[in-house]
Amino acid sequence: MRTFKKILGYVILTAAALTFIYPFLWMISASFKPESEIGSLSLIPKNFTLAGYGAVFTQIPILKALFNSVFVSVISTACVLIFSSMVGYALARLRFIGRDTIFNLVLLTMMIPGQLTLIPMYVLIVKLGWADTYKALIVPAMMSNMGIIIFRQFFMSLPQELVDAARIDGCSDYEILFKIFWPLSKPSLVTVGITTFIGSWNEVLWPLIVIRKWDMMTMPQMVTLFSVGGLAGAQVAAEMAAATMLALPVVIAYLFFQNYFIESLALSGIKG
Amino acid sequence: MKEAAVEERQPSYLARLRMEYRSSDKAGYIMVLPYVLHFLVFVAYPLVFAFILVFCKWDIVSPMEFVGLRNIQRLMRDTTFWTAVTNTLKFLALHIPLQIVFALLIAVVLNGPIKLRGFFRSAFFLPFVISGAVVTILWQQLYSTDAGVFNLILTKLGASPVPWLTDPSIAIYSIAVMATWKNVGFYIVLFLAGLQNVPRELYEAASIDGANRGEQFWKITMPLLRPVTLLVIMLSTIGGFGLFIEPFVMTGGGPAESTLSVVLYLYKNAFQFLKMGYAATIGFALALMIFLVTLVQRKLLDVEQPY
Repeated sequence: MRTFKKILGYVILTAAALTFIYPFLWMISASFKPESEIGSLSLIPKNFTLAGYGAVFTQIPILKALFNSVFVSVISTACVLIFSSMVGYALARLRFIGRDTIFNLVLLTMMIPGQLTLIPMYVLIVKLGWADTYKALIVPAMMSNMGIIIFRQFFMSLPQELVDAARIDGCSDYEILFKIFWPLSKPSLVTVGITTFIGSWNEVLWPLIVIRKWDMMTMPQMVTLFSVGGLAGAQVAAEMAAATMLALPVVIAYLFFQNYFIESLALSGIKG
Repeated sequence: MKEAAVEERQPSYLARLRMEYRSSDKAGYIMVLPYVLHFLVFVAYPLVFAFILVFCKWDIVSPMEFVGLRNIQRLMRDTTFWTAVTNTLKFLALHIPLQIVFALLIAVVLNGPIKLRGFFRSAFFLPFVISGAVVTILWQQLYSTDAGVFNLILTKLGASPVPWLTDPSIAIYSIAVMATWKNVGFYIVLFLAGLQNVPRELYEAASIDGANRGEQFWKITMPLLRPVTLLVIMLSTIGGFGLFIEPFVMTGGGPAESTLSVVLYLYKNAFQFLKMGYAATIGFALALMIFLVTLVQRKLLDVEQPY
């Protein structure tokens, strides 16, 4: 009975794991197939071809999109880490009038769904002359309520002696935050960093609204429009090639840091 | 020398800390300044603007025109909007139970003495990390009626192919299955964390009392997992109301508006029909629905912990 249950467990897990991995393998394989072989379950192309990738590179500036996505995600993530930790530090460790009001504001604004302010945000970006610029993608994403809450909670748990000792040595609050607290906050930095980066990298709706020039598009936006807008024609291999290229950077990062990814995203999901 | 220096400082130490305490106020204001500016520009201003837009007609080009409650009246009578709401509810009706059953089943199996637990957990989590754009473009192909993987398998088994995305009575459920596949790994991890917090002694005590595995699951595991389950339901609901990229890529909201989501309808009103006031009204209605539905869920499920 026990061994039967054990085997049943493994059967369930293996079947489930297959349904999660097979589609991705199929996608990669289809990106190397000629159109005539797309309607097949086989994972090995009979006639290997790079025509799909060729179509992507000739139809859309995909490398520029890759650069845009990396640039926007890296800068937004760096800004979120710096600014959210500053606010988290102030809320956890400093006393000033309005501190509790600001913390309540953070909690409150976190509950506002983004779709509510979508239209005015678009108008604001147009009025500022930021449409089709990096600023439209980066500046609104420079602050994270979830990040503030995670940093605040972690900074409250650090011992007061650290701060006192640093103050006696003449450290300013900025030095305490970046030279003493940051090196101790690796788990929080990783959690906020990964969550922000993945969120920024995967975002489609916002770029779709504020970016119209092909040269300024992010990668998921461009790949989406390539597939929806009919640029790929009816070429499934080209669509799969574009999707594979979009997935690749995240999959590689995930293979190396999977436990960080899982714990970070699960934790920020619970906090969020 | 050193000791003398410390002694010399000692009297001024408290005074200095007090000064530091005062000057820390200033650092506090400077450190929250970026947040306040960001809040004013990107949260408060858009919120007020959105609220004003609800009472206006505006195509961005010509000047805004005050129309009173006309947008709200229109929304109440707009059958397309209510179709989008119904579609969302249909989506949730399949998505939430599917999500909970699969996530719980796999989490329970993974919580047992399983080799390669890390590998399995990572495999299930993979689609959650990957962009929704990749997942929808891929699944659009998997669901293809003529050459899709699902129909290839069905025809191999002797069944007739199913028009997954082109039949108005099926399409939204096809999208719900895909969304479950994408997110279930995340919920497996949440349930797994919840399961690992259940104290082992409870099971030992229960088995001494003669409770079998099934009774232990329903009487101990499930009640203790209620907070996680509530979280799963609420996050799935918020995600379901935010449905956009899936119908945008796969169906464009069709066939016959059967997969039109509220956000896609908002997007179309704003950026295809240039009805900014009406789109803002839809945005407010959406926020209100999310708030009310999650509030009801919280009330229904947030009962006191049994242990």
